[in-house]
Amino acid sequence: MKHTLAVLVENRAGVLSRVAGLFSRRGYNIDSLAVGVTEEPDVSRMTIVVHGDDSVLEQVKKQLNKLVEVIKVSDLASEDAVERELALFKVAADESSRAEIMQITDIFRARIVDVGPKSVTVEVTGNEEKIMAIENLLQKFGIKEMVRTGKIAIARGSKKV
Amino acid sequence: MTTGSTEKINGARAIIKCLELEGVDTIFGYPGGQIIPFYNELYDSDLRHILVRHEQAAAHAADGYARATGKTGVCVSTSGPGATNLVTGIATAYMDSVPIVALTGQVPQFMIGNDAFQEADIKGITQPITKHNYLVQDANELPRIMKEAFYIASTGRPGPVLIDLPKDIQISEIDFHYPEKVELRGYKPTYKGNLQQVKRAAEEIAKSFRPIIYAGGGVISSNAAAELVRFAETIMAPVTTTLTGIGSIPTEHPLNLGMLGMHGTKYANYAIQESDLVIAVGARFDDRVTGKLESFATNARVIHIDIDPAEISKNVPVNIPIVGDAKHILKALTKYVKCCNSEFWLAKIIEWKKEYPLSYRKETDVIKPQFVVEQISEVCKDAIIVTEVGQHQMWAAQYFKFSEPRTFLTSGGLGTMGYGYPAAIGAKVGRPDKLVVDISGDGSFQMNSQELATAVQNDIPVVAVIMNNGYLGMVRQWQELFFDRRYSCTDISGSVDFVKLAEAYGALGLRAEKPSEVRPAIEEAINSGRPAIVDVIIECEENVYPMVPAGAAINEILDLED
Ligand SMILES: Cc1ncc(C[n+]2csc(CCOP(=O)(O)OP(=O)(O)O)c2C)c(N)n1
Ligand SMILES: [Mg+2]
Repeated sequence: MKHTLAVLVENRAGVLSRVAGLFSRRGYNIDSLAVGVTEEPDVSRMTIVVHGDDSVLEQVKKQLNKLVEVIKVSDLASEDAVERELALFKVAADESSRAEIMQITDIFRARIVDVGPKSVTVEVTGNEEKIMAIENLLQKFGIKEMVRTGKIAIARGSKKV
Repeated sequence: MTTGSTEKINGARAIIKCLELEGVDTIFGYPGGQIIPFYNELYDSDLRHILVRHEQAAAHAADGYARATGKTGVCVSTSGPGATNLVTGIATAYMDSVPIVALTGQVPQFMIGNDAFQEADIKGITQPITKHNYLVQDANELPRIMKEAFYIASTGRPGPVLIDLPKDIQISEIDFHYPEKVELRGYKPTYKGNLQQVKRAAEEIAKSFRPIIYAGGGVISSNAAAELVRFAETIMAPVTTTLTGIGSIPTEHPLNLGMLGMHGTKYANYAIQESDLVIAVGARFDDRVTGKLESFATNARVIHIDIDPAEISKNVPVNIPIVGDAKHILKALTKYVKCCNSEFWLAKIIEWKKEYPLSYRKETDVIKPQFVVEQISEVCKDAIIVTEVGQHQMWAAQYFKFSEPRTFLTSGGLGTMGYGYPAAIGAKVGRPDKLVVDISGDGSFQMNSQELATAVQNDIPVVAVIMNNGYLGMVRQWQELFFDRRYSCTDISGSVDFVKLAEAYGALGLRAEKPSEVRPAIEEAINSGRPAIVDVIIECEENVYPMVPAGAAINEILDLED
């Protein structure tokens, strides 16, 4: 089972390494990890996607909570959260394929953010499924490079973590 | 000393003031280039500093001091090799949840990251073996960090905290102001157990016919031994302890079943396997205790009292968790529990105790290690017993008669050979009123024998009784039982003459080669009032029994007769 954890931490040097170290030391699998500052400047928020059964997840949460610099850990169920990821694809493109790539880009409400003689760079935001879908479609032109941010998520409605 | 006022002092002086304000009287350490400013200020202070001969010993001594007194131990080293030498001691304290604060020198900040001389990333290295750690980057934060370090080390589930101190931090001037309290929004240990859970536990206990209390080191660190005994007597349940839980109930108490697990008593292991309710208190279901998990106490419901929520259901599913401090919770629980239905159960346990007592083959010409422990137990009543790691450690756990908490100090979780002697030094420094005996092995003692110098120089009269079997005995035992007696690299018979070693350091060295010499030698060592070694030549291929082979269920027990 995949879970998305929102982890509020003190915005201090070394916290990321502590969290990453915990995962590797205890053998938990991280699918993705994204981190940035929050509305409170001294708090950072990590969005961590992990997989494992319920007892593993329970341990992950408890062990995270034991870190002194971890302020709060919340498990965001996908139904109740807006989830986004950003990806950039550098796709091989020439005169003949450029139009089709632009079409696909439009359908996905993605954007072309750079054009070169032999490639275009596509920026797309969305949940994991959407990014996988566009990746599949772009595949046939040749994806020369791909970069993804890892998922960030926020609860729906006025609820705060 | 006031905490509110402000004055200008350097970082090193500030650290010492913080130590004094935390009530520290003794620290254990070893100097070097990047910690000289601290030592320079220490020169003018009233803090007692015990100069060890290896930094590992400083960490173990701080640990022994902490376990014996209940206060936080402090150790100090320089950067690089000094700091890395602390690592085993810090890991030992971490595994057994012992509160220590380690202070390490570090290269000046502008050099960090450049592979400077004697630079080691000790914060990174100790991240997995500390409860928390710091690299001080602004001298003005020193007081806050020191305050937090002592708070974190000693509260909740205790543990080691390390503070890395770049040299420039130690010499910069700051306005010293010691904070009154700590503010850590990510650290709020729970002490009081949830009342609803306490009541549920009481109901569960009332329904039980075969309850057993399984007490761990947490009972001792929360100073809950008296509460444990009262609770056990109230519900009339037998108590088994882990290795680090020894001392939480007197050995001779009729409800005590001794230690459980790999080298536990048969009756403790049978009892837990047949129980219908396991009440775990400050224990963590370690694999040396549970044996094969799938067959551990399969008919029992489980109540687990622990201050660390992450221990709940980590290895064994728990029916009723109560997160909080053992002392609080046992008190509360004792109030709510009522009757007990344990008469048949206790009768059965008495039968088991009669049928399967701890025993060994007595002999008159060779010295049996169990006999040695029995002699120590008679001569050194109420002593603090410290051990190394190996067979001798298990014999000490099995045969010494303990009557109080904080009198059995041993490396349980990490199993660190070399722990005992320096920890004994720390314990004696913390409890000078107590007799302190290190029950040691010939292998383990050589891992920190240089500390004889520390004991002699500082006049710390610790007695080390070395169970000399000429082997790395515990490993040899495994080789005998599970590897066809192929004694690969476990013969250490070419070791030092321990009597001469003691004498070379200016300590007293004695030897016992016949059973009749054991007791007089121990008595002479104690009465000398000096640091002493008693080298006891024991039966060299004696094994520790009972024994549950690794991975077996804990009622599948090998014994002497098998
Ligand atoms: C630092 C360290 N290294 C290795 C071991 C593995 N080990 C466990 S017991 C033991 C033998 C200990 O020998 P000794 O101190 O003579 O005790 P004995 O078992 O003979 O009583 C060894 C090598 C350990 N526990 N700690
Ligand atoms: Mg030995």
